[in-house]
Amino acid sequence: MADAALTTSSSSTARQAQRNRALSLNRLTPYMFMAPAVFIMAIALLYPLGYMVWGSFRDWDPSQTIGEAEFVGLKNYITLWGDPNFRESLWVTLKFAFFVVTFEMVIGVGLALLLDRNIRGMSALRTMFILPMMIAPVVVGLMWRYMYHPTVGTFNRTLDGLGLPTVDWLGQHALMSVIIADIWQWTPFIFILALAALQSLPRSALEAARIDGATAWQQIWYIKLPLMLPVLIVTGLLRLIDAFKVLEVILVMTEGGPGLSTEILALRISRTATEFRELGVAAAMSNYLLLLLLALTMGMFAFTRWQEARAARVRMAAEEDS
Amino acid sequence: MPSIHLDNLVKRYGEVEVLHGIELEMADNEFTVLVGPSGCGKSTTLRMIAGLETVSDREIWVGGEPVSHLEPKERDLAMVFQDYALYPHMNVAQNISFALRLQRRPKPEIDQKVREVADMVGLTEFLHRKPGALSGGQRQRVAMARALAKDSGIFLFDEPLSNLDAKLRGQMRAELALMSQRVEKNMIYVTHDQIEAMTLADRIVVMHGGYIQQQGSPEDLFKRPVNKFVAGFLGSPPMNFLDGEIEERDGRAFVVGDGFALALEGEAAASAKGHSDRQVTLGIRPSDLRHDADAPPEAALSLDVMVSEYIGSQSVLLCECGGAKVMVEMNSENRVGLGQTLNFAVSGRGIHLFDRKSEAAIH
Ligand SMILES: Nc1ncnc2c1ncn2[C@@H]1O[C@H](COP(=O)(O)OP(=O)(O)OP(=O)(O)O)[C@@H](O)[C@H]1O
Ligand SMILES: [Mg+2]
Repeated sequence: MADAALTTSSSSTARQAQRNRALSLNRLTPYMFMAPAVFIMAIALLYPLGYMVWGSFRDWDPSQTIGEAEFVGLKNYITLWGDPNFRESLWVTLKFAFFVVTFEMVIGVGLALLLDRNIRGMSALRTMFILPMMIAPVVVGLMWRYMYHPTVGTFNRTLDGLGLPTVDWLGQHALMSVIIADIWQWTPFIFILALAALQSLPRSALEAARIDGATAWQQIWYIKLPLMLPVLIVTGLLRLIDAFKVLEVILVMTEGGPGLSTEILALRISRTATEFRELGVAAAMSNYLLLLLLALTMGMFAFTRWQEARAARVRMAAEEDS
Repeated sequence: MPSIHLDNLVKRYGEVEVLHGIELEMADNEFTVLVGPSGCGKSTTLRMIAGLETVSDREIWVGGEPVSHLEPKERDLAMVFQDYALYPHMNVAQNISFALRLQRRPKPEIDQKVREVADMVGLTEFLHRKPGALSGGQRQRVAMARALAKDSGIFLFDEPLSNLDAKLRGQMRAELALMSQRVEKNMIYVTHDQIEAMTLADRIVVMHGGYIQQQGSPEDLFKRPVNKFVAGFLGSPPMNFLDGEIEERDGRAFVVGDGFALALEGEAAASAKGHSDRQVTLGIRPSDLRHDADAPPEAALSLDVMVSEYIGSQSVLLCECGGAKVMVEMNSENRVGLGQTLNFAVSGRGIHLFDRKSEAAIH
């Protein structure tokens, strides 16, 4: 009697185990499908990254292979931290990124709000607005360099023609001029994304707001912008990351000058590697930039996560109250 | 609350005219229902009243003033949309109070109002939830509460119940009927559901193809439809239509068709005799046919039962008369065998005649 009970229970555990195995196999299936892609991604992404990190610990001249270079530990990083030129370059980059993204967001979103209507010719106008984005950065740099030319450039000739004092665009005001050029080129990016976000807003909610008595401004402020916010955050983040890495336009326009006034980090990295022939230092600098961007991205994600959590907490508390 | 007058309203989208002169008077505190098939222009009419669509021609008058040049917010109205149109980023309380907050009312007054209307529609527990965390029926209530909070004189509904399941719809319909008695407002309600129209309306306006077909009390429209469209649209199951001809036999008027010859009585006989065209369509509601084996042939239809649909205490029989399909309502107690031929008495009042060509009722 007891024996029989034992055998049935053991056979049932065997069946259980079998089922568990089948289940876990089932659960593994998606990972098996993902494996090849993950493998390729890992090699394509991580190998160069690891190479750069590895190189940043060495005193590495372009004529050497990485194996021949002397291992110096964190020396490159520490030297950089004390290097006033690097700090200046970092400061310029931060200023550049801040102004560029702020202005581009304000102008881009503003334009989108302005042009989000169905008037004849609007689609042609919209296409025109996004043209600057399609021009190769080198061409943009050259174009603006000629327009900024102190004597024959468009701006100064116009100012002169109007009897106004000319401006030393790429000299005294180099950073501002570079910022203006970048705004010209990249505002369209914000513009089209903001426009897409606007056009996918629930139309009837806006109609409800009109009936509720919201003026055009109030619709923008209370309905449109809050609903666009997730898209705007991502857009701004993308632009910010891009702004930290901008190179060609500034290279063509000012080559970082005069002095160090427009030498953004990407430019300094490229010069360190090619002109100063210090690959290790350049790699260390890239890693600083990478860490900065990483921190920014994580900060942004953490912020949205925190916001969601707070909303959930408020909701929970409210439910407990009632 | 203000009366509304639509003076021959016309709406065009480019070249296409979708409303061809909508003439409508809505008196004080009236519950008006615009009903009609999909695409007939109900929403367009409502949205023109709301100011969400421009008026192509003629004018809308509210309380004696022309309003077609006014913005929606200047028209003192509230609206409930078909998809509810809640503000997704605001919680229920913020949704309800949005209009009041825009008007910069004092905070205690706003809180008071929110609590009052939330209580009215049974939302008190959910005030701090976002619409995304509510069920369809609850969202519908939020939309209703938001409109109520505004305290405006005109209340517009665009198919507010069409996204709900049948049971919830019935329940909300009853609540709406109750609410409309409690609040004194001019309500205009759009639906394509004739049952909603019949149960809620003080006045039904039947629209079709951009024209008003008929307006009046539910009873009026049900008993005296002006044409075949209105007759067929209102009532469930719908009215049966049979082709026939007016004939005079021994001085009495008959409507004669494939498989039937019904004698006409009183007024119907007189107007049928006076009608120039002999070709008519006979309309009889399923509820006006009563099983009676002994009814004389000039007051009865003899029908072959094809299908019996059991729907509870009543069954709907789908029958054949000549070549035409006829639906009959019958008490489910009487078991009916398929293929049987049964005799149904037609009361004199149950006979509706329509001109075959113009489809207008013959009165
Ligand atoms: N923006 C528009 N441009 C062109 N035609 C339109 C537009 N909006 C509506 N229409 C047309 O106007 C007519 C009436 O539309 P409306 O939305 O008022 O119908 P409805 O009676 O509300 O139908 P439903 O019950 O399906 O909501 C339809 O034939 C529709 O095709
Ligand atoms: Mg509609």
